Amino acid sequence: MATDAPPPSKGGQATSPATPSTEDFIEVQESAEFGELRRSYRSFAFPLTVAFITWYLLYVLLSNYAGGFMGTKLFGNINVAFVLGLAQFLTTFLIAWWYARHAAAKLDPQAEAIKSRMEGGA
Amino acid sequence: MNSAVAQVQLAQVPLAAGEASEHRPLIITLFALFVVATLFITVWAGRQTKDAADFYAGGRQFTGFQNGLAVSGDYMSAASFLGIAGAIALFGYDGFLYSIGFLVAWLVALLLVAEPLRNSGRYTMGDVLAYRMRQRPVRTAAGTSTIVVSIFYLLAQMAGAGVLVSLLLGITSDAGKVAIVALVGVLMIVYVTIGGMKGTTWVQMVKAVLLIGGTLLITFLVLLKFNFNVSDLLGSAAENSGKGAAFLEPGLKYGATATSKLDFLSLGIALVLGTAGLPHILIRFYTVPTAKAARKSVIWAIGIIGGFYLMTIALGFGAAALIKPDEIIASNKAGNTAAPLLALHLGGVDSAWGAILLATISAVAFATILAVVAGLTLASSSSFAHDIYANVIRKGQATEKEEVNAARYATVAIGVVSIGLGALARDLNVAGLVALAFAVAASANLPTILYSLFWKRFTTQGALWSIYGGLTTAVVLVLFSPVVSGKPTSMFPDADFHWFPLENPGIISIPVGFLLGWLGTVLSKEAADSAKYAELEVRSLTGTGAH
Repeated sequence: MATDAPPPSKGGQATSPATPSTEDFIEVQESAEFGELRRSYRSFAFPLTVAFITWYLLYVLLSNYAGGFMGTKLFGNINVAFVLGLAQFLTTFLIAWWYARHAAAKLDPQAEAIKSRMEGGA
Repeated sequence: MNSAVAQVQLAQVPLAAGEASEHRPLIITLFALFVVATLFITVWAGRQTKDAADFYAGGRQFTGFQNGLAVSGDYMSAASFLGIAGAIALFGYDGFLYSIGFLVAWLVALLLVAEPLRNSGRYTMGDVLAYRMRQRPVRTAAGTSTIVVSIFYLLAQMAGAGVLVSLLLGITSDAGKVAIVALVGVLMIVYVTIGGMKGTTWVQMVKAVLLIGGTLLITFLVLLKFNFNVSDLLGSAAENSGKGAAFLEPGLKYGATATSKLDFLSLGIALVLGTAGLPHILIRFYTVPTAKAARKSVIWAIGIIGGFYLMTIALGFGAAALIKPDEIIASNKAGNTAAPLLALHLGGVDSAWGAILLATISAVAFATILAVVAGLTLASSSSFAHDIYANVIRKGQATEKEEVNAARYATVAIGVVSIGLGALARDLNVAGLVALAFAVAASANLPTILYSLFWKRFTTQGALWSIYGGLTTAVVLVLFSPVVSGKPTSMFPDADFHWFPLENPGIISIPVGFLLGWLGTVLSKEAADSAKYAELEVRSLTGTGAH
């Protein structure tokens, strides 16, 4: 956690705390604290997006070009295609849950700290 | 009054051969009940709609759960209910891809779009795009693509309405169908002009509950017939379809040739990338007070929508198992009536119970169409009023009142246009039509949204190239695709001017949208405004100064 970030400038906005100036935004954007927030967001969301899109496309491509494999019956009339389709549902639910947990634990506190400092409420 | 219009039509039109005809009073009563209840909500909400934030964003007072329900209501359209059930009933496994793509797509909205959008915009998608760009050209572009996407989507809903009407009310004359489509159009104009976002949101919530309830009931009855053995259900579906094991494997609709396989891939890409660019979904995130609530909305929506799409397995394969394929096709070439027919068969074709079930499911389907149509109309009229009228035509000088009035006039205009288009698309599969809207959204809107939020160097020229380039590519490819001409199932089956082989343009137009956004940026003479980007980035991640 980067706690050594310089506090954002409050100059010139004492009377209207909710409207930080352009300089404030640039300063915050360059601060280590914001860099940390950006990193914990992007390093979670970007690779995960690439991963689930790849997994989904893999499933579409298998449906297209590996019909024999997808049609293999596993139990009763349930074949590989169905199991993989249901697995897409399962991974979607899991990723949603995982992101919500990550956001509540990591992103919200960092975002809240920066926001309240910028709006002069901290 | 509205059911009176329907009654008049009924009196004039001879009964169709459908089994449903003698139970029409029940169907009409249930539908009228929904209409009266939602009109009541609309008037109540209209009384509380005082300023622009009320009209566009429902006062931003909805909770995450309420909005999650409303998002689900907006998303689970006639395409999901009628279209997917029909596609599975006719093509088995290949129809199921729609359910999977429509659901997985929500992760893009959750991870990349919903929260930053809520934090940095006010009323429309254009707000976020125009943040760091030159306002007028970018807002014009965003407004144009919002309206085009919404009209594609509206076309699908209107097709669904026309189809239902023929089945349920036995109205086969063109005049009768046009009258019903017009009725849907008039209702949606009333919902949106009077109720604004607040009224529309409540209508979506009521509709979502009804749709989930109706689908749960049908799913339960289907599973009951097969002693809750899904394998038996699938086996019977395969056997009854006459296609055997192939019915449960990929390839029945799309596996024939290399071209059709490419079409399947194109559809898959459009589905997964389209959702996060749909204007009527994006504006829903403004109805909650914070980004955290927007996140909660999406989590709820994923749960509700996922549950619903799991049930499409029972709807689609249930229809395939219990109804002869000829009967489904005879009722509607594209299979759009499979779900209501399934309800009838589950209750018993000649029994009162069957009629009640059919009436209930049909009323739910009508409710679904009405609610989604209202959501789409609100999205496009908001974008017209806020982006094009207030910020481009009046250059930001319009008062809130003038702006909201412009939105109301735009609603009427869009309503009239969609009534006009509704008649054209009757025999196309509703899910296929919606997939086109997804392709256009993914090509024109998603690249610009993502670049604006995450790419420091992105410029106005990049945004314009991406929106107009993606939009034009997608629309032109659709115009010259087999969807519009050249096949018996086309919109104009007697003409043939198609040269693009695929039904869904996504595989070409989405990369074009992304590529042009990049190219337009690197070839820009002007540099990106880094101060504006600093402000957008800080706001979008922290919620500082969010309205």
